[in-house]
Amino acid sequence: MIALSDFLILSAILFSLSIAGIFINRKNIIILLMCVELMLLAVNINFIAFSHFLGDTVGQVFVFFILTVAAAEAAIGLAILIVVFRNRRTIDVEELNTLNG
Amino acid sequence: MSADWPILSATIWLPIIGGLMVIAIGDKNSNNARWMSLAVAVMTFVISLPLYSGFNPGTAEMQFVERAPWISYFNIEYYLGVDGISMPLIILTTFISIFVIVAAWEVIQYKVSYYMAAFLIMEGIMVGVFSALDAMLFYVFWEAMLIPMFLIIGVWGGPNRVYATIKFFLYTFFGSVFMLVALIYMYFQAGSFDILSFHTLKLTLNEQILIFIAFLMAFAVKVPMWPVHTWLPDAHVEAPTGGSVILAAIMLKIGGYGFLRFSLPITPDASSELDWLIISMSLIAVVYIGFVALVQQDMKKLIAYSSIAHMGFVTLGFFMIFMITANPDASTGALLSLQGGMVQMISHGFISAAMFLCVGVLYDRMHSREISSYGGVVNRMPWFAAFMVFFAMSNAGLPGTSGFVGEFMVILASFRANFWFAFLAATTLIIGAAYTLWMVKRVVFGEIANENVAKLEDITGRETFILASLAVAVLALGVWPGPLVDVMEVSLANLLQHVSVTKIP
Amino acid sequence: METVYLTIVIAPLIGAIFAGLFRNQIGRVGAHWAAILGVAISCALSFFVLKSFIYDGMLTYNETVYTWMVTDGLRFEIGFLVDKLTAVMLVVVTFVSLMVHIYTIGYMADDDGYQRFFSYIALFTFSMLMLVMANNFLQLFFGWEAVGLVSYLLIGFYFKKETAIFANMKAFLVNRVGDFGFILGIAAIAMYFDSLDYAEVFAAAPQLADTQIHIFGDETWSLMTVICILLFIGAMGKSAQMPLHVWLPDSMEGPTPISALIHAATMVTAGIFMVARMSPLFEFSETALSFVLVIGATTAFFTGLIGIVQNDIKRVVAYSTLSQLGYMTVALGVSAYSAGIFHLMTHAFFKALLFLAAGSVIMGMHHDQDIRNMGGLKKYMPITYWTSLLGTLALIGFPGFSGFFSKDAIIEAVRYSTIAGSSYAYFMVVAGVFVTALYSFRMFFLVFHGEGPRDKHAIAHLHESPKVIIWPLILLAIPSVIIGYITVGPMLFGDWFNGVIFVLPEHDTVARVGESFHGPFGFILHGILGLPFILAMSGLFVAWFIYVKNPSIADVIKSRFEVIYNLLDKKYGIDELYQYLFADGSRGIGKVLWTLGDKTIIDGMIVNGSAKAVELLSGVVRHVQTGYIYHYAFAMIMGLLVMLTLFVNF
Repeated sequence: MIALSDFLILSAILFSLSIAGIFINRKNIIILLMCVELMLLAVNINFIAFSHFLGDTVGQVFVFFILTVAAAEAAIGLAILIVVFRNRRTIDVEELNTLNG
Repeated sequence: MSADWPILSATIWLPIIGGLMVIAIGDKNSNNARWMSLAVAVMTFVISLPLYSGFNPGTAEMQFVERAPWISYFNIEYYLGVDGISMPLIILTTFISIFVIVAAWEVIQYKVSYYMAAFLIMEGIMVGVFSALDAMLFYVFWEAMLIPMFLIIGVWGGPNRVYATIKFFLYTFFGSVFMLVALIYMYFQAGSFDILSFHTLKLTLNEQILIFIAFLMAFAVKVPMWPVHTWLPDAHVEAPTGGSVILAAIMLKIGGYGFLRFSLPITPDASSELDWLIISMSLIAVVYIGFVALVQQDMKKLIAYSSIAHMGFVTLGFFMIFMITANPDASTGALLSLQGGMVQMISHGFISAAMFLCVGVLYDRMHSREISSYGGVVNRMPWFAAFMVFFAMSNAGLPGTSGFVGEFMVILASFRANFWFAFLAATTLIIGAAYTLWMVKRVVFGEIANENVAKLEDITGRETFILASLAVAVLALGVWPGPLVDVMEVSLANLLQHVSVTKIP
Repeated sequence: METVYLTIVIAPLIGAIFAGLFRNQIGRVGAHWAAILGVAISCALSFFVLKSFIYDGMLTYNETVYTWMVTDGLRFEIGFLVDKLTAVMLVVVTFVSLMVHIYTIGYMADDDGYQRFFSYIALFTFSMLMLVMANNFLQLFFGWEAVGLVSYLLIGFYFKKETAIFANMKAFLVNRVGDFGFILGIAAIAMYFDSLDYAEVFAAAPQLADTQIHIFGDETWSLMTVICILLFIGAMGKSAQMPLHVWLPDSMEGPTPISALIHAATMVTAGIFMVARMSPLFEFSETALSFVLVIGATTAFFTGLIGIVQNDIKRVVAYSTLSQLGYMTVALGVSAYSAGIFHLMTHAFFKALLFLAAGSVIMGMHHDQDIRNMGGLKKYMPITYWTSLLGTLALIGFPGFSGFFSKDAIIEAVRYSTIAGSSYAYFMVVAGVFVTALYSFRMFFLVFHGEGPRDKHAIAHLHESPKVIIWPLILLAIPSVIIGYITVGPMLFGDWFNGVIFVLPEHDTVARVGESFHGPFGFILHGILGLPFILAMSGLFVAWFIYVKNPSIADVIKSRFEVIYNLLDKKYGIDELYQYLFADGSRGIGKVLWTLGDKTIIDGMIVNGSAKAVELLSGVVRHVQTGYIYHYAFAMIMGLLVMLTLFVNF
């Protein structure tokens, strides 16, 4: 039997990986997007695990919501990315610093 | 008294809706937009006239009251009404707005419909400010007024318009947030935003002083009083003619109106405590600003400074009342002082509008406001010169014109407060004449200064109509101010009565 | 009678409106008819009013026309007070005005601003009538400023001339200095009397005579003194008394007819009229009377001296006007109000005559006004010559002429006066007689006698002026000669001004003079034996000796007394002083306040300073914003962690 804590540990590892991906990755914006997705997935695992162990289906409903949002986000994110690439000819995060104050 | 139909709401919303419709007509055919705007403005003026004819001057009660719940959770109401203080100002607003539309007729070619709409919408908002009896409603109108003005200066203004608009906006906004704080504070004390209930609210002296200062911040900027006046010359210089006219003729009056509607009745003890502050600021405005006006090179700046000096009389008149009532030698005079301030406001509305329109006439032809680029205009534009000299004289307070009435009343009253107040106030007779006539001398009289002046053409029928109408108003008020004074008398007497009773619990 | 009085006032106004607003429609002839008709109607009615007073024993009229406004218990009204003083003023104003209107047809015949000019002078007549018929201080102030306005417009009539438009502004501003005092005086009256109506104020004056007020700290001032001095400051501006006299000589930039009408006969005497009207107030303040007396005496003598060295024909007459106004003021100072008004009347006729004659000469000389270029005009312009002679004799007070009666009465009154400053004033007015005769005949001889004009070209065009110019001269010459003889008895020593002018018994110098009055003829005889006559004759003789008999002396005297000559030629340097002190001074103050106060301190330091401070602060803070997403994400996570540790209790 897999315990709840195993799920939580897995999701914590995934979450930490994604954070590390955001911090350490300084190159590719796609990886950044993937890290964000991964973060959401980590949360999803938490939801499902709790839902299963507490016997409450609301958690699983939430997962569907999150998946939908994540899909939409990915679509928009990629669309923005294409536009950025068209305009700037790069998707290097180091060079996308026009927000610099 | 209340009429069968909501006159005040009609006067507020007709121009606003009319303005939106003008935008809808668009610029495809600008003449349609022009005629439509004129029709709306004239209709608004006609609608506002029953406010005068149906007005009962025998009572200080609010008249033409309209009252409906608006945001009931906060007890905010849509509460309108006028008394003898606000009614003349509303008529002034609707009257002047017509001329602003006419003055822009051929002059504005860029986005005509938006220009006209901005003025119409602003007209409605300004009427709203004067008629609102709910503090939150008042505040909404008060702030909303900034938007059209901001756009008018920012879009149709002169080369340095961005600096001027931002200065104008920040200055006035800075002042009004303090007012908002004061209003909310009083809401918690009174349980509603009803201005009349604020009037009867008991407040300790410390509370009153803080509230008074908060109001002062808002109104002093609007009037404007020295030393928070520097936005005005910049805004005037950059604004298109119509913008200057509305700014000088009406927006400045909102500050004076605020003193009468809020500061004096809500915080009478603090007003009495701090009247020396306002009086000194007013007298500085009269003398200091007079000297500053003398050396201006730009006609609009000169008139803007002269507006500040004239508005000094208004605030002087409003805040001398405590010293007059305290003076054992003067039996009466406080009411005269208040009346003088009010008459000065109305009169200044006509005269400053006319002066800015005169400058506008010249600017449209020569595209310069510099005094030095003119000279000998009378040779080419005799009728215009006649109007200009007439309005200059009324600006200098010549008896028989409206400019004299308010100044005369305030000087008579100020003598009752203190000889030296009268002395300093009366220096305007000399300084005011000096800066106005010196400008007239350099612009209107003399030999034709250069070939640009030689090409000038005299005023058109449209311009003659505007200037002649204002001249008639200025003369009528100067020759017979009785009707205006009678309308205000009871409301101001009631205010005076109210102010003389302490509100400290 | 109300209709009559209203018509007197309104007729010129309607004329002015027609001539001004419809100038293109009615043309030149229409304009002068409109204006002349208006003034002629009021002139005829004024004579009718005077007649009613003299023969029908008409009573004083004092009614309100309409209520200007009522506020705070104070009534502001427009109304007429017509008594014997008003009646005299009405006749003087409308008659001189009518003469000037007619004269103008000839004088301005070639001017482009013909209609405008008629409109202005008719408007002036209206304003002046409003002033003299006022029954309250509000209307008085209205008329007071309105005549100032028209004077402004008319001095600047030739608006292309830089000197003219400078002079008109100067005139208006100097007048405004006077009005500044005047309005404060009115404010004081409104405060302490709670009324602006003459009758009410005068009735309450005795009760308030002892009231003391504080102005500077604890020092007390008599209320009456304060009021009267403030009011008199107004009169000093309008009647061009020292030190506010500087505008009058410059006002000669205007066309000659208005110099005659406004700056000699009527407007400038408004101050005299006002003080006479206010006699029930002035009587209660000896301090104020002394002040009036000293100012008047100083003006009478010192401005006369300047007249001796002037070379512009109009300026000589202008300085003579100043000096004569000084005489009138002296009369007021010694409580001889009736003598002041009497001199006002005679002066109006003979000075208008002299100005119009000067205008005739100027036309003959083709607008050359320098008397050094004239001479020998007697044979070219005989009627102008003779009328000028009559006017000049009246001016110097030659016995029998109108000026003699009025001036002698003033001098005698000063002699009897005992208030402070009266001995100084007596010396000044007596010495002034010599000066008057000297400058008057200097001008007269230089213009009409001696060698012909230097410019031979001018001679060719010299001829007598047209009829519309000659007739007013003749019509004015008649009263200049005879009016004094006729009216001295009733006006000065009779009961004409009883109940109109109020004089306390202890001040009543005119009555003292009247004790030795036995008819005008006796007055003439008495005058011939007096000191003033001897001085006038010696003035005449000196003028004759220097300018006719021995013209070279003039230059010798000039070089011998160069310091005095320069002082007089520079008009004591008062104009330069004012220019420097007030005009440049206030511009300097303005510049400092603007650049230092407004631009540097308020705008530079406070307004833009706070904007700068915000900018500076944000300049530091902005570096936090790197623009890299991973920095922002890092900050968010760190913030989350910090908050978790702080607020979540494990």
